[in-house]
Amino acid sequence: MKVSLASAWWAVLRRDLLLSVRRLGELGNPVVFFAAVVSLFPLALGADATLLRSVGPGIVWVGALLATLLSLEGLFRADFEDGSLEQLLLSPHPASVLVSAKILAHWLVTGVPLLLITPLLGVLLNLSPLAQGVLFGGLLLGTPTLSLLGSVAVALTLGLPRGGLLISVLLLPLFAPVLVFGAGAVGSALLEMPVLPYFYMLGAELALAATVVPLATAAALRASLGS
Amino acid sequence: MSAVAEFFAMGGYAPYVWGSYGLALIIFIYNAWVPLRRHARLRSAILANGRRGSAAVAAPTHRIDDENSP
Amino acid sequence: MIAFFSRWASLPAFYRRSGRWIPWLWAAAAGLLVVGTLGGLVLAPVDYQQGDAYRILFVHVPSAWMAMFVYMFMAGASASAFIWHVKLAEILARVSAPLGAAFTALALATGSLWGARMWNTWWVWDARLTSVLLLFFLYLGFMALQAAIEDRRRAARAGAVLALVGVVNIPIIHYSVEWWNTLHQGATVSKFDNPSMTWDMLWPLLTMALGFMVYFAAAVLVRARSEILERERHRRWVIDEVAR
Repeated sequence: MKVSLASAWWAVLRRDLLLSVRRLGELGNPVVFFAAVVSLFPLALGADATLLRSVGPGIVWVGALLATLLSLEGLFRADFEDGSLEQLLLSPHPASVLVSAKILAHWLVTGVPLLLITPLLGVLLNLSPLAQGVLFGGLLLGTPTLSLLGSVAVALTLGLPRGGLLISVLLLPLFAPVLVFGAGAVGSALLEMPVLPYFYMLGAELALAATVVPLATAAALRASLGS
Repeated sequence: MSAVAEFFAMGGYAPYVWGSYGLALIIFIYNAWVPLRRHARLRSAILANGRRGSAAVAAPTHRIDDENSP
Repeated sequence: MIAFFSRWASLPAFYRRSGRWIPWLWAAAAGLLVVGTLGGLVLAPVDYQQGDAYRILFVHVPSAWMAMFVYMFMAGASASAFIWHVKLAEILARVSAPLGAAFTALALATGSLWGARMWNTWWVWDARLTSVLLLFFLYLGFMALQAAIEDRRRAARAGAVLALVGVVNIPIIHYSVEWWNTLHQGATVSKFDNPSMTWDMLWPLLTMALGFMVYFAAAVLVRARSEILERERHRRWVIDEVAR
């Protein structure tokens, strides 16, 4: 039976989404972590509303970044353990395309919940509506890039002991630009300066990552599985 | 102040200037010495193994420390 | 062409050839570095703005250049390892990482020493220093990945992917940091404000840079030779070679 590339892509996406919906408990973990990290900062820095307003966007960005980092480990692990990852690489379709479906699924089940809870955290940090909006827009453009870049590191460290820590070491420098542009957009908005350049940069990085990263991730998976 | 003392004083910035050059020297010597020593050890380990005859050669030798620890 | 290349990159031939080069490279590196240091510390005139403190430049700038160059070298070697499966390229990529990290650390430390004098503080989130710091983390990540993977072939493939992803990201990181820097603290006084450097400052700098480069060549070859010995230690040619 021949399966078209589009329907294979769709099947991978659907399967991953179904699998994560069936494990709702795990689905909530990154969000809880995100909220917990963000609420630690006022405890550490003091409850001064003006201070929180100025450092809040940075806190939210760092929190989102760390939450993504922690969620990444599960991206290929189950598939690696039960062998379906090998099947994916052996399929006649380009592995990079199928891998992109998995990355999209990861973003939908971790990035989107993070986005949805951001307005609530913004309220906790006394952010103005303008800052809230810009923060949301930045995360919308930035978190897919984080998931994409993350997939390379996960693929490289597949099956290694202490892979989680290694993933963080590999990714933090690569995440820096997203953090700079994302948090910079809010900083710029607070100074009543233009925000669009930052969004353009985030968008450009997303476009670049979306085209290049699936290829790299597929290559990394091949390296890790030795095929 | 004598010319030599003046040279070592580096116009009052001696700790910074000499610190930089000293650090460079340490890093350069370290990165030359450690790989050279490792290479010499590997050669003598292989030589010792080879002397024991080709039967022993097939067996894995003891692991030589990875050079990647800093 | 490919035949020539594969013969050149064959490990036994490379091992023998590099063994002949290394003593000369060490000697050249030592000579260049001694001359460059003398030029930088003694012969170059005192800077009218920074006094003698600017002499850190003769160490700092070459190490910062090498930090970049070695990463490019690593990425180039990784690309050829990835595309053509050249074993020698795998080895060169692997062994150049610790050296690159050492140069980066030296650039950071000397930059900090310089900053201590220039800005009266050990660390400034200056665009250049920050991107070098991120580059340092990229090296550490590469080395951590190499150390975590036991199988050398897999480590080489994984390292190649990582180095190539890193090299695509370096310009983005650099650019974003510059952007971030101008937003947050305005233009810092650049360490290299005067665009024209006089010849008696320039020649020690270039000599040092060349010395760093030759030193890198020698050090990377020694490490590559060890790596070759270790990988191939059960091969006949290694045993014969060592016994000679």
